[in-house]
Amino acid sequence: MLLIACPWCGERDETEYHYGGQAHVAHPADPAALTDAEWGEYLFVRANPKGDFAERWLHSAGCRRWFNVVRHTVTHDITAVYPAGQARPDAHTEVTA
Amino acid sequence: MPDQLPEHPDWLWRTPDPKPSYDVVVVGAGGHGLATAHYLARNHGITNVAVLERGWLAGGNMARNTTIIRSNYLCEESAAIYEHALKLWEGLPEELEYDFLFSQRGVLNLAHTLQDVREGRRRVGANRLGGVDAEWLDPDEVRAFCPIVNTSPDVRHPVLGATLQPRAGIAKHDHVAWALARKADSHGVDLIQNCEVTGFVRDSHGAVVGVETSRGRIAAGRVALAAAGHTSTLTDLLGLRLPLQSHPLQALVSELLEPVHPTVVMSNHVHVYVSQAHKGELVMGAGIDSYNGYGQRGSFHQIEHQMAAALELFPIFARAHVLRTWGGIVDVTPDASPIIGPTPVENLYLNCGWGTGGFKATPASGWVYADTIAHGRPHPLAAPFGLERFTTGALIDEHGAAAVAH
Amino acid sequence: MSNRLPTGGRVDRSAPLRFTFDGVEYTGLRGDTLASALLANGVLTVGPSLYRERPRGIVTAGVDDPHALVQLERPHSEPMQLATTVELCDGLAAISLQGRGRLDEAPDEARYDKSYLHSDVLVVGGGPAGLAAALTAGRSGARVVLVDDQPELGGALLGGGREAIDGRPALTWVAEVRAELDAQPETRVLTRATAIGYHDQNYVLVAERRPDLPGGGGRLWHFRARQVVLATGAHERPLVFAGNDRPGVMSAAAVRSYLNRHAVLPGRRAVVFTTGDSAYATALELAAAGAAVPALVDTRPEPPAALVEAAGAAGIEVLTGSVVVGTEGEARLTGVRISALADDGSELTGPVRELACDLLAVCGGWSPAVHLWSMSRGTVRYDEQLAAFVPDSAAQAVRAVGSGRGRHDLAGCLSEGLTAGAEAATAAGFPVTAPVVPSCSGDEQPAPPRPVWLVPGEEGDPSTWRDHFVDAQRDATVADVHRAIRAGMRSVEHIKRYTTIGTAHDQGKSCGVAAIGVIAQLLGARSPGDVGTTTYRGPYVPVSFALLAGRERGPLFDPVRTTPVHPWHVRRGAVFENVGQWQRPHYYPRPGEDMDTAVWRECRAAREGVAMMDASTLGKIDVVGPDAGVFLDRLYTNGFAKLPVGSARYGVMCRADGMVFDDGVTVRLAPEHYYLTTTTGNAAAVLDWMEEWLQTEWPELRVRCTSVTEQWTTVAVVGPRSREVLAALAPGLDVSNEAFPFMTVRHTELANGVPARICRISFSGELAYEINVASWYGLAVWEAVLAYGAHAGITPYGTETMHVLRAEKGYPIVGQDTDGTVTPQDLGMAWIVARHKDFVGKRSFDRPDTSRADRKHLVGLLPVDRSELLPEGAQLVAPGADLAAVPVDPLGHVTSSYRSAALGRTFALALVRGGRDRIGDTVLAPLADGRTITATITEPVLFDPKGTRRDG
Repeated sequence: MLLIACPWCGERDETEYHYGGQAHVAHPADPAALTDAEWGEYLFVRANPKGDFAERWLHSAGCRRWFNVVRHTVTHDITAVYPAGQARPDAHTEVTA
Repeated sequence: MPDQLPEHPDWLWRTPDPKPSYDVVVVGAGGHGLATAHYLARNHGITNVAVLERGWLAGGNMARNTTIIRSNYLCEESAAIYEHALKLWEGLPEELEYDFLFSQRGVLNLAHTLQDVREGRRRVGANRLGGVDAEWLDPDEVRAFCPIVNTSPDVRHPVLGATLQPRAGIAKHDHVAWALARKADSHGVDLIQNCEVTGFVRDSHGAVVGVETSRGRIAAGRVALAAAGHTSTLTDLLGLRLPLQSHPLQALVSELLEPVHPTVVMSNHVHVYVSQAHKGELVMGAGIDSYNGYGQRGSFHQIEHQMAAALELFPIFARAHVLRTWGGIVDVTPDASPIIGPTPVENLYLNCGWGTGGFKATPASGWVYADTIAHGRPHPLAAPFGLERFTTGALIDEHGAAAVAH
Repeated sequence: MSNRLPTGGRVDRSAPLRFTFDGVEYTGLRGDTLASALLANGVLTVGPSLYRERPRGIVTAGVDDPHALVQLERPHSEPMQLATTVELCDGLAAISLQGRGRLDEAPDEARYDKSYLHSDVLVVGGGPAGLAAALTAGRSGARVVLVDDQPELGGALLGGGREAIDGRPALTWVAEVRAELDAQPETRVLTRATAIGYHDQNYVLVAERRPDLPGGGGRLWHFRARQVVLATGAHERPLVFAGNDRPGVMSAAAVRSYLNRHAVLPGRRAVVFTTGDSAYATALELAAAGAAVPALVDTRPEPPAALVEAAGAAGIEVLTGSVVVGTEGEARLTGVRISALADDGSELTGPVRELACDLLAVCGGWSPAVHLWSMSRGTVRYDEQLAAFVPDSAAQAVRAVGSGRGRHDLAGCLSEGLTAGAEAATAAGFPVTAPVVPSCSGDEQPAPPRPVWLVPGEEGDPSTWRDHFVDAQRDATVADVHRAIRAGMRSVEHIKRYTTIGTAHDQGKSCGVAAIGVIAQLLGARSPGDVGTTTYRGPYVPVSFALLAGRERGPLFDPVRTTPVHPWHVRRGAVFENVGQWQRPHYYPRPGEDMDTAVWRECRAAREGVAMMDASTLGKIDVVGPDAGVFLDRLYTNGFAKLPVGSARYGVMCRADGMVFDDGVTVRLAPEHYYLTTTTGNAAAVLDWMEEWLQTEWPELRVRCTSVTEQWTTVAVVGPRSREVLAALAPGLDVSNEAFPFMTVRHTELANGVPARICRISFSGELAYEINVASWYGLAVWEAVLAYGAHAGITPYGTETMHVLRAEKGYPIVGQDTDGTVTPQDLGMAWIVARHKDFVGKRSFDRPDTSRADRKHLVGLLPVDRSELLPEGAQLVAPGADLAAVPVDPLGHVTSSYRSAALGRTFALALVRGGRDRIGDTVLAPLADGRTITATITEPVLFDPKGTRRDG
């Protein structure tokens, strides 16, 4: 039972959420311009890293907002939570004053 | 006196050091990798083979599954390969000279809605056309076949019927792996444990000609991946992206109990699959976790829900106890069917994406994969399962066939 | 024979409790476990071993006992209970087991709850270290929870006697701490509560036993803690020597616990066999309680002089550098054989000395209970000094303290607990400092042990040591381990599986580390640390299925959804069908009618007169906003942006892969307000789908989606006479075909004053209306329709009739006539796929497989025998197919099949390969019973193909 911090509602149990797989996979702007292979890749191929993974979650039993999470797929440590549409924060960038 | 398990053989396998070069390097000493090595040697005379295992032999899903064997899949392509497996299973104890407790006690797939009934009848019909034994049972017949199933019409999800595959059953998973390992080893195959593949060696044309491992570089004529949930971590090293997602899948056993459950019962709708192993423990699978994970553990609410589902169907289990839970990593494809065959990378072969169906497919997976590797083209039974289907759209959609909703 | 001491112990001598074991009546005391009560009555032997049927006895006093498994019969039936953990109660009945329990068919009447609690600090273990941690953490004001598996706090102190804190008996300190914890407003103490699992993000599961409840229910706690302190104690290890499984061979710490806690003397003449200091207390207290203790066998050549001196003063001879090499007796120990051991442990060096005894108290060392620590993904390391695996680096916000991390003196345990409690509270945001550690006595820092993993046999070699039990519950011996290694196995995981060591009921709690020691020795490893442990998996103790299921049983397993009209359906005697979570009327049989007859009658009413159906379960979504039309255009294969206000349109939605996902009618109520309906089963999925696209792909669209499924009750009024019923029901509405044409919507007030939204849409091909009213009027409006239609013989119908009517018209049901592999074109709906706009899934139609001409198409089937009904799901093959030559090439399958009153015959819908090119062909449906039904392929629309009935 993961504990996930919804950006809008705070920390809630995993059972309040739906999983949405890899984040930042945009629907192609012009699908008709893609080859079958490129379209097939959009449809079916997703990253499957053993490590940090930027993924989507939906707070389905709460605010019903989609958002993104960076979670480690072995430890399940969550290092970033950010609204849908935002770029993945680089975990390695130091915040400087 | 309760049944004692059969004695293991006095000798299993060597622990060799890797040689500098092999004709075929199989990556992953799970059931599929071991079966592949066995059939490379037995069917194709290819014995200069190493099976590399990053941990201990058959320590992945082979040690973690619920040991169900059946071939009653919906699609013709799937039923064909799983039925090939079942036929091999039926001769495997003799072929491998190892009693791994293959028990053809039948598998019931319960129907709880009118749509379940339609799908069950559809599958029975499809299976019979495909040469797979299949029967449709009404609720009274279900009760007669497995008296502890609650077939009362007054429950939340009443049993409206079931499909039965009489030849389906269970086997002792570890022993299957050891039987394959012993035979492969006796053919001269090197089973090399604690040897993790960390990279691929490629020639100037990009063809794979070897692997880098935690125990040094090993040259290979062909490299055959049989790494289940870790396949994409390997292909990522080659820049080869696959339609695979790795998810946790949990299972559990109870303590030893007097025999009470004579068959295997699966229910997609209520989310149960359960059998009683030879020693007497109830073996049960839980739901697949929604999120990607490589941790060999899942979320506990899956287990809690699984127990509720089990008691819905089997009230007699109320006071049984969960003795041990564990998790495996299942590699799932978009159509819940495996990927078998050559890849865009020369000399690299792929066998993955078995999801929850891997154990039951073991011998056929090894058989067709060995043939594919030996001849450099897909075995006819493997041909529909190539990567190109994700481009053409010719998917083999088996979402209805697994007890676990992907 | 009574082994109960006249005084002492934490038992209530004023409360004798009667119980039976294997049918024999005994008496015990409140405060006993079943095991202590049996020992008090001189019963040591429990069930025989699983495979070799060797007699076995009680060994420990806790969850790690390998043998004392019983079938509880009263106060409730439960298999595989440990006598060492079952609290005695009056009337208890149990029988011994041979390693396997029995499930009882009687219903389980007990009640099981689940609780969920967030805490700042969770302390697991109520021994001295855990109590100290809870005490300091609680003083900070943090929300603290302390859980312990025993009925009372104190941990190992409950089994002691000589320990003192601040100069007073340690249990006095325990009582004071308990009182202070109880007085802390934010601290909660749970006893009889065993932590069974430690999951990610400090999620700890605790199983609480509730013997006070009828049937012995329980409660499963789910704790989410900011900080965790594990004070889980340690398990005493057995030693591996010949005959070590004989009844009378017990854990030294357990013997001490039975003496002090239960005032039971388990033997009259006891030998103690130890690798370290802790068993000296057992020897001394046995002697003090009146037992003869002829010898204490210590593996160490030079035990601490003070201990040897104390033993000598009590008349106990200490045999140093020695081991017990064998046991005598049959059902019960009668003596032991003792020898000196070489310094390297490899061989016996002295003459064997025999000593008569009826009890051998064994201490093979202590293994910290690292189970929860490991489940939290903390690492363990092997400590050569302690000869134990101890917690190493933490993976979560957790601290291990006390003997659970290898600290075995009381002062050290208190110190670690006080410090960890302060640190945990501080880290959780409640700063506090640890108090001064009180002075302690009676439990000093022990001298280093001398582990002996394998006591050599007097004869033979490891391959023949079949009475050196490693996992006695599995009857697994040194010879078995030797055989596994000789077969080529090197990994501890393989050896465990080959021998089944550690897989029994105790999951290796007693034998696990001892087994690793044996394996290390036989592999020639330097130390057990080089072999490593197997993975620790939950639950820490077995928990019942029922506890984990909680209240999710019977009607609460899965909620039932019903419409506001449901009570009427029940009263009318409807037969129900589960559709998703909904219960829908399947059909309404009149007395004497079977389903076919009822459906025939209902269909005729709809085609010939008027009929009504509760369509409230249809999913309903309000789509509102300036961009609502654009949004729907992107999701549906056809266009909605130009739909006139007040009009309705049927739409099909595909997944990105081009496969049909859902369908339904959408009405435009206002320029920026669409009212969309979905299939019953897909309502939630469609809303999710719409929100996903809106939020993650098109956040620039100004659209809001709201589920209104349960806000509206929908009554379908269907049939040639539906207009006259509506006219009466809605007197203010012009119901003429001209004023209220097909696929439009009107708002009106019904005759009973209820405002209604009425759509003229049809799922049957008949003139039909769907009357939507606010749910709280649903039942009243249903009854009003019934009343206004009574003169026309209005007939309620269920889902089966709905299916027949729609199938006669060739309308597919998503999920029945489609299965996730069917495109709109496959359904013959190319007309609904827009050419000049993009929508989700459109690109997929151009892939090689989806653009094939011979895909499976939805077609109609007419059995040649007009009365023969094709079973739904039946497979179809070409005429002349040889059914014996498997595999037979299937052409497709039957998706829907009915008897049609309107057609006066049976018919079906089917997905058939290249079906539209086979119209007029014959196919065969071979059935499981050996029959074969021949049918002709037709267009899917079989009734009123020209649509003449739509306008009434």
